[in-house]
Amino acid sequence: METKELTCINCPMGCLLTVEMDGDEIRDISGYTCPRGKTYAEKEVTNPTRVVTSTVKVVGGRKDRVACKTQYDIPKDKIGAVMEAINAAQAQAPVVIGEVLIADVAGTGVDVVATAHAV
Amino acid sequence: MNKVDIVIVGGGPAGLAAAVAAYDDGAKNILILERDEQLGGILNQCIHNGFGLHTFKEELTGPEYADRFIRQVSERKIPYLLNTMVMEISPDRVVTAMNREDGMFQIEAKAVILAMGCRERPRGALNIPGYRPAGIFSAGTAQRLVNIEGYMPGKEVVILGSGDIGLIMARRMTLEGAKVKLVAELMPYSGGLKRNIVQCLDDFDIPLRLSHTVVDIEGKEHITAVTIAEVGADRKPIKGTEERYTCDTLLLSCGLIPENELSTAAGVQLNPVTNGPVVNESLETNIEGVFACGNVLHVHDLVDYVSEEAAKAGVTASRYARGEQNDDSGREIAVKAEGGVRYTVPVTVRPDHVEDQLTIRFRVGDVYKDSYVSVYFDDTRVRHQKKRILAPGEMEQVVILKKQLDETPDLKTITVKIEP
Repeated sequence: METKELTCINCPMGCLLTVEMDGDEIRDISGYTCPRGKTYAEKEVTNPTRVVTSTVKVVGGRKDRVACKTQYDIPKDKIGAVMEAINAAQAQAPVVIGEVLIADVAGTGVDVVATAHAV
Repeated sequence: MNKVDIVIVGGGPAGLAAAVAAYDDGAKNILILERDEQLGGILNQCIHNGFGLHTFKEELTGPEYADRFIRQVSERKIPYLLNTMVMEISPDRVVTAMNREDGMFQIEAKAVILAMGCRERPRGALNIPGYRPAGIFSAGTAQRLVNIEGYMPGKEVVILGSGDIGLIMARRMTLEGAKVKLVAELMPYSGGLKRNIVQCLDDFDIPLRLSHTVVDIEGKEHITAVTIAEVGADRKPIKGTEERYTCDTLLLSCGLIPENELSTAAGVQLNPVTNGPVVNESLETNIEGVFACGNVLHVHDLVDYVSEEAAKAGVTASRYARGEQNDDSGREIAVKAEGGVRYTVPVTVRPDHVEDQLTIRFRVGDVYKDSYVSVYFDDTRVRHQKKRILAPGEMEQVVILKKQLDETPDLKTITVKIEP
């Protein structure tokens, strides 16, 4: 049995959640004070995901960087690989908001898209 | 002299939302004055996500949120000037501004909306002992360097203050390869949002040391180390708790101050708690026809509420410019903050000018669990709303219906307070 402790992020209460794990299986969740806390804990221990935001280098324009994000959330343990791909990438100006800068970043099946314009 | 209906000082989230709402209310002769080279204000460097959950029901990054409003401004063809600095606003609403193309020029406005935002509390205002070497940045300056210019301020980072920008930069610097050693917070609680503490610090095992502050800065040319110490209930460092951390960068995230130099020069009265203008229900300052919204009025934690508040200022300014704001019975109600409530916006209410409802925004001065937000009409308690948690970092609001105000014609004072 493994015990994981989490802080719920759904509201400013910040309930301390305790999850009892048996391998990949959840045995018990305690500490939540509303249903959202329970759902959050389940997701965090089985499949934690994050949207990664950063900037990509731009050439041929007035701006040197353009803001970007993974279009959807990616597995938390892929953050490092995604950042490496973002830092290796380069975009050609002009870049428009929503444009795909890296397709299927780090094998996640998720694209990195521009979140701003760069001229 | 150039004449317009409404001049909006600042093209950030507040200015943009005010412009769109004023236009949609019928004011077509609007001018936005923005000192940066693009619209959007500070949102342009806030590349992280989490904006717009209330307004658009989706999670946007800062530039995306700004773009939604910039597009609304473009669709309406609302004029704006970039790289333009407002120098002075006179009490009779003559706005003096300058830029490289037009030089110095004046505009006569029927109404002015103050939307200048806020700035960060600098090191000089924090009284940290030690040398003044390079390598000490406000968190927002570092954010601009990393996200807009593409420069890293350093590799070994200590952050003082757990405001949201400091937390966001802890993650940002880590993702870009820096080692963030710790975040020190003077207060026994963080000023930042819970989700930022979890996703920016816990995700990367960055320690948050509450009730700690920087008591020494080392390094002559460039910062080389800082000393952190625990503080007592009096917020004074406790001897013997000092710990030294080597670093090449110190980021400061120690609060935001509304930028009201133009307002005070115009004679606008400020609230000493918020450092923002004292306003009535129409978000109008003590100077007739001068309105305020967004972070220049009081510092917000969510841009969604800035947009909402600014839209209100846009509509009331538009009505004023049309001459619709001017007749009333002279009835005025004071709004008072008591018992844990630090301030309210607005501080006066003219019931004749309240449409369907009145939103009173406020902040508390401490963390309260299982307490009640109470509203009193003079000595009568009219609302007693249970809150599981109230925290200084989260703005709160109560809504009062116009009907309630009409039913109490002799009402002199509305009081908002926290009760156990």
